[in-house]
Amino acid sequence: MKQLIVFIKKEFLQVFRDKSTLLLLFGLPIAQIVLFGFALSNEIKDSKIVVADYAKDAVTAQIINKIASSKYFDIERTLQSADQLQTAFKKGAIKLAVIFPVNFAHDLEHTNKASIQIIADASDPNTATAVTAYMTQIINDYNMQLGRGAGLPLQIVPEVQMLYNPGLQGAPNFVPGVMALVLMLVCTMMTSVAIVKEKELGTMEVLLVSPFKPLYIIIAKLTPNLIISILNLFIILILSSIFLDLQVRGSILLLTIASTIFILTSLSIGLLLSIGANTQQGAMTNSLMGMMLPTLLLTGFMFPIENMPLALQWLSNIVPSRWYFIIVKKVMLKGLGFTSVWKEVLILASMCIFLFTISLRKFKIRLQ
Amino acid sequence: MIELNHIKKTYSKGLVTALKDISFSVNHGELFGLIGPDGAGKTTLFRILTTLLLADDGTATVNGLDVVNDYKQIRNCVGYMPGKFSLYQDLTVEENLHFFATIFGTTIKENYTLVKEIYQQIEPFKDRMAGKLSGGMKQKLGLCCALIHKPDVLFLDEPTTGVDVVSRREFWEMLRKLKKQGITILVSTPYMDEANLCDRIALIQKGEILSIDTLAKIIESFPKDLYAIKSANIFKLLQDVRSYPGVGSCFAFGDALHVTFNNSSDKDVIKYLHSKDHTDVSMKLITPSIEDCFIHLLSPSI
Repeated sequence: MKQLIVFIKKEFLQVFRDKSTLLLLFGLPIAQIVLFGFALSNEIKDSKIVVADYAKDAVTAQIINKIASSKYFDIERTLQSADQLQTAFKKGAIKLAVIFPVNFAHDLEHTNKASIQIIADASDPNTATAVTAYMTQIINDYNMQLGRGAGLPLQIVPEVQMLYNPGLQGAPNFVPGVMALVLMLVCTMMTSVAIVKEKELGTMEVLLVSPFKPLYIIIAKLTPNLIISILNLFIILILSSIFLDLQVRGSILLLTIASTIFILTSLSIGLLLSIGANTQQGAMTNSLMGMMLPTLLLTGFMFPIENMPLALQWLSNIVPSRWYFIIVKKVMLKGLGFTSVWKEVLILASMCIFLFTISLRKFKIRLQ
Repeated sequence: MIELNHIKKTYSKGLVTALKDISFSVNHGELFGLIGPDGAGKTTLFRILTTLLLADDGTATVNGLDVVNDYKQIRNCVGYMPGKFSLYQDLTVEENLHFFATIFGTTIKENYTLVKEIYQQIEPFKDRMAGKLSGGMKQKLGLCCALIHKPDVLFLDEPTTGVDVVSRREFWEMLRKLKKQGITILVSTPYMDEANLCDRIALIQKGEILSIDTLAKIIESFPKDLYAIKSANIFKLLQDVRSYPGVGSCFAFGDALHVTFNNSSDKDVIKYLHSKDHTDVSMKLITPSIEDCFIHLLSPSI
C-alpha cells in the first residue's frame, strides 16, 4: 500500500514538473469553453438593427418600444434616407432594418391594415431567418394585443415554447459536448502517454523486474488522471456557470458520479491504446485519431445522431461519450434525477467494466 | 546461481535469430562477464533471465527459480540495470533512489551500507534531476537503484558503455566490492579490456557462445604462437605481411601487427620484410590478449 502511495506521489510530481502537459491538461477545457462559448457562437443576441420611422405616431412608438425591450435586438440609430440604410447594410453594421411608412397608425385604424417593411442581411441565411422570425413574432404579438382589445373573432394562436433553452443559445448544447470531448481526450491521451513514456524511457523494464504488481502500476498511473479529470470537470462547470450563465439544474452529485464513470471508461481506453503504442508520439496520434473524430462526430453534439445513416447510428452506440452526453444534458439542463438516466449510467458502467477488464488482461507483464 | 539450457530466441517471427543455443551457468558469488560486440544478443539474454522476455526454446533458472513459471519470485530477488539509462529523468537523484527503494519494499536506511560507498559519490548532486547527470553519475545512480533492495543476483547490461575511463575503473572497483558481499553478478560489456576484471567470461557473437572460461584459460587455449611485428611504416607492413605465404592471421593492434604463422616461428619473414624496404623491423613472441582470442574464435580457420 505504501508502495502504491509513493508511486502515485511520483506520478503527480512528474505531472506538475512537465509544464507542457500541465498546460494541455488545464488549458484544453478553458480554451474549449472560450472557443465554443464566444467565438463559435451562432445564437442571436443583441443583434444591431435600424428602425426607420416615417410615421412617428403612437402606434409605431409602441412597436418600437416593444422591439427595444427585446434582448434580441439592439436599436442602433434611426436613419431616414434609403441611401443611408444601404450603406449601413453594406458595411455589415446592421443585421436588419424595420421601416414604418407614413400614415401607419391612420392606415391601421381606417383600413384595418398597415404594412411594415423588414429588410434583413441574408448573407448569413441562418442569422437572417432567425432575426426576421424574432421580429415577426414581436410584431404579431403586438397585433394580438390590438386584436384582443377590439374584440375580434377567436383565433387559434400556436404558442411555441423552446423548453430548457428558451433563447436557443448555443451554450446549453455545447457545454455537455465540451465536457464529453475534453474528458475523453484528456483521459485517453494522458493515460496512454503516461504509460508509453515509461516504456520509451526504459523505466517500465525496471518496474516490471520488481515486486511491484502490474495492477498497482495501472492504478498508480490512473489515479492522478482521474483526480485531474474530476478537477477539470469542475473547472468546466464553474466556467460555464460564471461566463455562460449556465448552471447545473439537477444534482451535482449525480453528475459527478456519472462523470467519474465516464472518466474511468476513458482511462481504460487510454490504457488499451497504450498497449499498442511504443512511442509517446504514437500514443498521442492513436488517441487523437482514434478518439477525437468518433467523439466529435458520433456524440451528437455537433451533428444530430437521428439524422445519420443507420450504420453510423448503430456505430454511435459504442461511443461512450454519446451516452455521457445524454446524461449531462438530462441532469445539467433538464434537472432530471437518477430515475431518468439510470439506463445511460448502466450502459456507461458496463462499458467501463468491460474495457477495464480487457485492458487489465492485455497489460503486458513482459516486454513483448 | 544462474543456469541456462539450450536457450533459443528469434525475433520477427523467426526471421531474425538473436540467440542460437545458449547454455552456461554462473556460480554463486561469481562476477561473470558476458563479452561481445553490439548485436551479439547480450541484451536479449539479460531480458530472458530477468523474466522480461520469453525464450522460444530451452529453460533457464535464476537462484533456482524458473524464469517462466517463477517469474514473480525472481522479480523479488534480482537487481536489474538495463543498458539504456532507465531512471526517471524528471525526478531528482534522491527521489529516484527513494522511489525504487519503496517499490522494492525497502527503505534507503535499511540497506544504506550496501550503496553507501557509491551513493556518497553522487550525494553532492542529490537534488539534481537525474536527466542532468553526467554519464558516469547516471550509471552510479542506476547501480544504487538496482542494489537498494539487496538483491541475490545483479544483472548489469553494459553498465560502462559511454562512460569515461576513470568512471569505468571506479565502477568495476565497486562491482568487485559487491562481489565480496556475496552478490552474484552477471555483467555484459562490449569492451574486451574489462574481461580481466571478471572471474569468468563468456565470449558471445551473433547469438552463439564462442568460449566460456576464466580469462587465463581462454588465453592458454590460444593454439598458436603469437608475434608482434613492428616497423616504421605500419600501413605498408600490414599489406606486406598479409601477402607473405606462411602467415596464418594478421591484424593491426595499435602500433604493431599481431601475427600467427602456419608453421610456428617463421623467422624468414624478417628477411622478407627487409627485402620490401622496411626499416626498424622488430618481432617478438607475445602473450595473446582477449582480443586476439576473440578474433581467433571468430575465424578459427586462419
